Amino acid sequence: MLGLFAVAVGLVITAVAGFLTPGVPGGIVNFTGAQPSGQPVNLTVQTFGAIGTGPHPTWVSYLVKSPQGQWVHSTDWELPANTVINMTVIQYDSGSPLRNQQWGQVTGTIGNTASVNGKALSQYDSNSGNGVGHTFTVPALGLDIPLVAVPSTSKNICGTAPCASSFDHNTITFSFKTPGAGNYSWQCFVPCGLGYLFGNGGPMSTQGYMGGFLKVVA
Amino acid sequence: MSPQNSKSEVGHLRRIAVVWVVVSVVADLLFWFLVGPHVPPGRMTETAINNQRTFNILFVIALPVLIGVWVYLGYAATVWSAKRDGAPESVGGEAARTNQKAQVWWMSVTSVIVILLAVYGFYAVVVEHGSGGGEGPNPVWSPEGAIQAETAALGGGSSWTPGHVLVVQVIGQQWKFTYRYPGFGGFESDQLILPNHTTIAFNVTSLDVIHSFWAYQLSVKADANPQVNNVAYTETKQLGSFVVRCSELCGLWHGSMFNDGRIVSQSDFTNWATSTQTANAANTAHLPPFAWTYVPDANGASGGFYPDGTFTPYSPSEIYGAKSPAS
Repeated sequence: MLGLFAVAVGLVITAVAGFLTPGVPGGIVNFTGAQPSGQPVNLTVQTFGAIGTGPHPTWVSYLVKSPQGQWVHSTDWELPANTVINMTVIQYDSGSPLRNQQWGQVTGTIGNTASVNGKALSQYDSNSGNGVGHTFTVPALGLDIPLVAVPSTSKNICGTAPCASSFDHNTITFSFKTPGAGNYSWQCFVPCGLGYLFGNGGPMSTQGYMGGFLKVVA
Repeated sequence: MSPQNSKSEVGHLRRIAVVWVVVSVVADLLFWFLVGPHVPPGRMTETAINNQRTFNILFVIALPVLIGVWVYLGYAATVWSAKRDGAPESVGGEAARTNQKAQVWWMSVTSVIVILLAVYGFYAVVVEHGSGGGEGPNPVWSPEGAIQAETAALGGGSSWTPGHVLVVQVIGQQWKFTYRYPGFGGFESDQLILPNHTTIAFNVTSLDVIHSFWAYQLSVKADANPQVNNVAYTETKQLGSFVVRCSELCGLWHGSMFNDGRIVSQSDFTNWATSTQTANAANTAHLPPFAWTYVPDANGASGGFYPDGTFTPYSPSEIYGAKSPAS
């Protein structure tokens, strides 16, 4: 009896610990020394339908290209303050309409514009075309970019990360300027947590998958 | 009780009463004039002013009670403390427990205070319309012109001009509040800008889980529930910035669900709203028609209902995002 109780307690502790520490990957990727002080910093990420590894291989997530050129599973990035960030998002995922079309509008970037495969984008109607795969949104900075999806009918969709450029993808580029030092959370506003209530559980509610921090340092 | 003891007791009470009255009056005046104007939530709206006044009145009533206890305690400890030489207590024991006069005074004073608080409470609810919380989908009261403004907003024919009620829709979503302005074509913004000296009709709803819209300097707090329109009224009184926070634990980024807002002059507000209406026009065209609530439909990866570009109106609700499965 005592043994069963101990096993039950162990299972509960394991479950709670697993919930509280759901395998945060990566750590912080540091871009502060990537360029001479005051020069723009290039930040490249890719997003896809399944990370393929770790405790949640089927979850959607991001990889970031480190200054050393390696793809790293991390959503916490250290950036220099008051610096222009030239960001490139390689979007391999299919899409859906936005729950709130407000996030279909590009805001907070330099010029309030982005480009998708070289074409200017100021807003995207997520209820038409391929929909939006994800958004890159930093609420505290008013920064929002809809990441236009690849067609869900595509026969060349990347299954698991890291995705090679031979797979169908959209390349979204934009620039923004970091503010003063501080931690600024970013997240996706597409309910992309497959299989979870309203799509906002799982990767949407776990640090290190569809959200993270811009750690801006002086 | 001997006449000498009775005379002595009256002397004690008189001294305590004098000290209590003097200290209480000084403390109340100092609080009312020096501290009171700075007590949260401040004076940015009529609701905030009412709440600040209510707090200050309660404090001014409570302060003499607190001081009365302290003065009595201090006096008793100083004058009536037991002597080390074994002298009997001058007051206490059976005489204190059966002091009817003291009991009657104590019960009368506390009863009067409680009754006064109840009367003031009714006044605050009836005349000041409560504390600025959400009034629910069918408010029992509304400021002059609010119903007309809200009806016009729902019908799509709303156009705000200074001096009229401004309808602002607050939309909660994991994890950001956004704001729709039906008086300016129904554009949506992540900024909450309000004109000064204007009655605001907040209509609060959610697209997913329960959030709570809390602009504490405005003294407005209303739950944002999916498929519920929670109405809260206030009137802006002072220029300045305020903070909006979500006060309902709503998931991973709940702690990041806040934004600044501003009360600006009516002309500045009109300029901001018209320029934002123009700048957002292309995106506003893709928003659903203005409605009190929006169906947080199963969509995206969780539901797989891909849009066909047709919105099916759910009067007075409308669908944000994908088409309803039932349509």
